[in-house]
Amino acid sequence: MTNSEFASRLAAWQEKLEALLAKRPERKQEFTTISGLPVERVYFPKQPDQEYLDKLGFPGEYPFTRGVQPTMYRGRFWTMRQYAGFATAAESNRRYRYLLEQGQTGLSVAFDLPTQIGYDSDHELAKGEVGKVGVSISSLADMEVLFDGIPLDKVSTSMTINAPAGILLAMYIAVAEKQGVSPDKLRGTIQNDILKEYTSRGTYIFPPAPSMRIITDIFAYCAAEVPQWNTISISGYHIREAGSTAVQEVAFTLANGLAYVQAAVDAGLEVDKFAPRLSFFFNAHSDFLEEVAKYRAARRLWARLMKERFGAKNPKSMMVRFHTQTAGCTLTAQQPKNNIVRVAFQALSAVLGGTQSLHTNSMDEALCLPTQEAVTIALRTQQIIAYETGVTETVDPLAGSYYIEHLTDEIERRAMEYIRRIDEMGGAPAAIEQGYIQSEIQQAAYDYQKAIESGERIVVGVNKFVGADEPLGELLRVDPKVREERCRQLAKLRAERDNQAVNKALAALEAAAKGDDNLMPRFLDCVRVYATLGEICDTLRGVFGEYKAPTII
Amino acid sequence: MRKIRVLAAKPGLDGHDRGIKVIAAALRDAGMEVVYTGLRQTAEQIVNAAIQEDADVIALSILSGAHDYLFPRVMELVKEKGLDDVLVIGGGIIPEEDIPALKEAGIAAIFGPGTRTSDIVQFIKDNLKRKLD
Repeated sequence: MTNSEFASRLAAWQEKLEALLAKRPERKQEFTTISGLPVERVYFPKQPDQEYLDKLGFPGEYPFTRGVQPTMYRGRFWTMRQYAGFATAAESNRRYRYLLEQGQTGLSVAFDLPTQIGYDSDHELAKGEVGKVGVSISSLADMEVLFDGIPLDKVSTSMTINAPAGILLAMYIAVAEKQGVSPDKLRGTIQNDILKEYTSRGTYIFPPAPSMRIITDIFAYCAAEVPQWNTISISGYHIREAGSTAVQEVAFTLANGLAYVQAAVDAGLEVDKFAPRLSFFFNAHSDFLEEVAKYRAARRLWARLMKERFGAKNPKSMMVRFHTQTAGCTLTAQQPKNNIVRVAFQALSAVLGGTQSLHTNSMDEALCLPTQEAVTIALRTQQIIAYETGVTETVDPLAGSYYIEHLTDEIERRAMEYIRRIDEMGGAPAAIEQGYIQSEIQQAAYDYQKAIESGERIVVGVNKFVGADEPLGELLRVDPKVREERCRQLAKLRAERDNQAVNKALAALEAAAKGDDNLMPRFLDCVRVYATLGEICDTLRGVFGEYKAPTII
Repeated sequence: MRKIRVLAAKPGLDGHDRGIKVIAAALRDAGMEVVYTGLRQTAEQIVNAAIQEDADVIALSILSGAHDYLFPRVMELVKEKGLDDVLVIGGGIIPEEDIPALKEAGIAAIFGPGTRTSDIVQFIKDNLKRKLD
């Protein structure tokens, strides 16, 4: 490796960059520190060697260690996206409008558990759960209220929905149609990551095989009809929340990702057709520098896997574009205001790691759903990082730190070891079936708890510096009457809609589910005539059956 | 002396089971016999399992906010089935102000985030209603 090779690669990179800048200029003409020192776009080693080019390279280029865009936050900040939703669609709609007024740049919808598991609000199992952890959506009528007055061609919307993701996406498309917005204009994400539901989050409905089929149907449909939509958010967040280590978070997330890609390729899809719309979701935990390295390692490892294993050619197929949420499991119920500080550090690690969007947790979330005041502080935390700290002025500012690069290499290497082991078992679905991933996570969770109880690991306000607990004032409560109101709304809907059309659409869905036709058009037909989420899922349950989790402790 | 038998259970639709699994492992390490129901149990299923397993203790965990409905519902059935000598405890994301009503319903203790598992072990040993011989 000579300096001249680096110089020619740099020149090529700069040439591409100039073309991009002509179209999309950076936020400012000149970037400086608070004291007025000039800040360059990217800093490189004085004597770059082959190892540098192989491992780090240029931002926006393979292997993407330094980020997925060449200018990163000099171009534009990450999307500030607070996960929100509770009670009724009308109440959540008010919260969304408030967040948008406060400068939030994207929406993130939290659904209640009955919605996530495909039960209508009036189902027996929904008792006690309606509107609690998110908004209750049972039909297109609710979705119309949820996005009332929010132009769907102007915002991007992330929906944390997995087993019934295709159905909620169909409702979103149908609401957009009513607003006069065509599907190709829609931007957003459905989580749609069923494998981590089996290991870490628990909102599965159907067994793995039909679940994977629904997911590949969504990939195929969106590639043709909703091209700007992120069809999946392959999530390490919940794996980490369930207790995994950083290495396991990367390994199990990417192993799940490989399984989705394999399933789609096996279904006959071309990798570069669907892979550019895959997105990821990671946790921002408390070990600040380990977290920064984790995001960088995940990017590099995925890029290599996509290129080498699946022969991806489109660089976008190799990119880990990811959302981050600060770690809910690190929030303490003791001295809750300390959580503001924890969240700020965690959020900063995500930014230094190159996240594309970010949710910052609210200080009161170990106690209840966040109040408006707590959410506002959480959003302000992101705005302070973006506008005040200066970390956004140059790309990948921690690159070249001996420690960061060591951790990045180490996390990549150890994650790859796990992926090899999972490959040997037959891939992530087989490893999940054998309980391997679950027991690895559980063991890590138990070790972590024991380290806290032995005092080996300190949590401020919990096992050291305890006392002086100042309770938070107001807590957000969801009125238990919400369910009664929802039951009335549903009864009215069922009485007023065209039930013949509903039955016809559900019958067509059933036939498609028994065969091989793509289910997305059938979901759309069902939701347009106001078939409920519960009715649609019951139809699918009839064909696919339900997943029964093995109990592993 | 026989081992204390604990039924660890997740009532409702909540999928957060890190806590209950950690507690199950800790109770087992403390010498108890633990059966975990898995996710998505109805109150009926939990109480039936407690009868079947002849549990001395039912340990419930909810992080979804449905404790206000589901914990009292479990207690209703516990009383209905005459399991008055079974110790029932609960945990999860439970606001302080909800605790008096849950205790009123018969839940012996509520353990929130940050609880040491050794405190739960001690509580069970101190408050067990059944004899171990």
